[in-house]
Amino acid sequence: MMQRQTGQAGWRSLFPPVIALSLLLLVWEAYSRLVLGAISGGDRLLPAPTRIISSLRENVAILAPHTWQTFAETAIGFALALLVGLGFAVIIDLSPILRRAVYPLLVVSQTIPLLAIAPLLVLWFGFGLLPKVLIVLLVCFFPIVVAGVDGFRATDPELVKLFRTFGAGKWTIFRKVRFPGALPSIFSGVRIAITYSVTGAVWGEYVGAERGLGIFMQRAQHSYQVALVFAAVIIIAALSIGLFLLTSIVERLVIPWYFAGRQAGTESSRQ
Amino acid sequence: MPVLRDINIHVPAGGFVTVLGPSGSGKSTLLGILAGLEQPDTGKVTLTSSESTTPLTQPLGQIGYMPQRDLLLPWRTALDNAIAGLEVRGVSRAEAHARALPLFNEFGLSGFARSYPHELSGGMRQRVSFLRSALMSRGLMLLDEPFGGLDAITRASMQEWLLDAAAHLRSTFILVTHDVDEAIVLSDRVYVLTPRPATVVGSLEIDIPRPRSVDSIQDERFANYRKQLLQMLRASGSMTLVGGSR
Repeated sequence: MMQRQTGQAGWRSLFPPVIALSLLLLVWEAYSRLVLGAISGGDRLLPAPTRIISSLRENVAILAPHTWQTFAETAIGFALALLVGLGFAVIIDLSPILRRAVYPLLVVSQTIPLLAIAPLLVLWFGFGLLPKVLIVLLVCFFPIVVAGVDGFRATDPELVKLFRTFGAGKWTIFRKVRFPGALPSIFSGVRIAITYSVTGAVWGEYVGAERGLGIFMQRAQHSYQVALVFAAVIIIAALSIGLFLLTSIVERLVIPWYFAGRQAGTESSRQ
Repeated sequence: MPVLRDINIHVPAGGFVTVLGPSGSGKSTLLGILAGLEQPDTGKVTLTSSESTTPLTQPLGQIGYMPQRDLLLPWRTALDNAIAGLEVRGVSRAEAHARALPLFNEFGLSGFARSYPHELSGGMRQRVSFLRSALMSRGLMLLDEPFGGLDAITRASMQEWLLDAAAHLRSTFILVTHDVDEAIVLSDRVYVLTPRPATVVGSLEIDIPRPRSVDSIQDERFANYRKQLLQMLRASGSMTLVGGSR
């Protein structure tokens, strides 16, 4: 009974966006084929969705290595951001002095425009993997630090008191109470970070790269192959969505108690 | 202004002593000092453990402290919550499980060891919390208004359950509460505190034979004890807002 209700609600919430997207694609297709197609070569400037899909299919072999490059940059950069971000969060949480010293620096690091820093990174570290990884790291670590710090701080002080009566020290309390308790917060930071991560890598490639979807798009654009630009955009979107879904799955596996507790909460409030 | 002043409370081994006082009177501070969470500015607490005759200098990790809220970790099962204290003490998981599991049956929690906190009722969560404290205790349990957050019906059944559990554990109990009836039902002796700075205005021995139940409330002695305690609270200035109607 319950499941059928949530199932129906799921379909109902999917319905509007699917309709809206279909309408948009339909109008796009018609405009490109009928209006722009009437001008000679006009439909090359804004190719119809069906043409984008077919050019994506035709160029799979060319796109694959670029996609892999972007994915690798994203994955390595994100993994580093997770390590660095959580590391900073722990340091900030455990030491009030370091908190005062480090936190403002982190905020300042987010005010530096990537537009300015990306070319410098390429200048310093070349056209390879490293500058892109660093850009992904820069983009991703901040939401993780903030989410971690907030999560650690949200620990119930009574719980800390209770564990102190057990004779637990700072580190034990961190391991057994504060860190697991902060995981839901950390995961919301990770979800924000992962949505930015692919775009970060593409950004880095745009400035200068040998391989990757960013540089691919730039080349396609210079040769007026707009369909290929859109094909790369589709891959970037798919990568982002895929990573986001993967995060949600990992979250469900790591903190099942959080979702179970939330569901129990809404059920009891319904009663 | 000090929170507590001239607190002299004697708690005999194996006894059940209640500290009764208005909200915000510093009862919890007193328990915090007893538990070793806070240090008194002056004076000292002498605790002797049942296992040795030398005074317990460091109560942290030695006593069972039960807070008002159950504070169960939502990512642990009831059993793993119950052994949290033992784990901190360094007892292996297997041994801690072996110690805790039989108590689940004795404390009316059989079949719920593998349940998560969100699957348990408020009263059951409180029992798991009690169990967690009892497993840590080397003879002294400190209860900080443990049933304050429960509804009246659950509270009455939990008091009855605690009477049973206390008789079973043969531990020393210090309970802090603002509930006069709870104090009488559970205790051998009740100490009454004034508002801040809290000091002891008097104490009352509760001579109702055990085993008791919540039905003891109907005992004629009960009404008498309640009257005396309310008089003490009124004399201490704790009832300026609620008192005066009789």
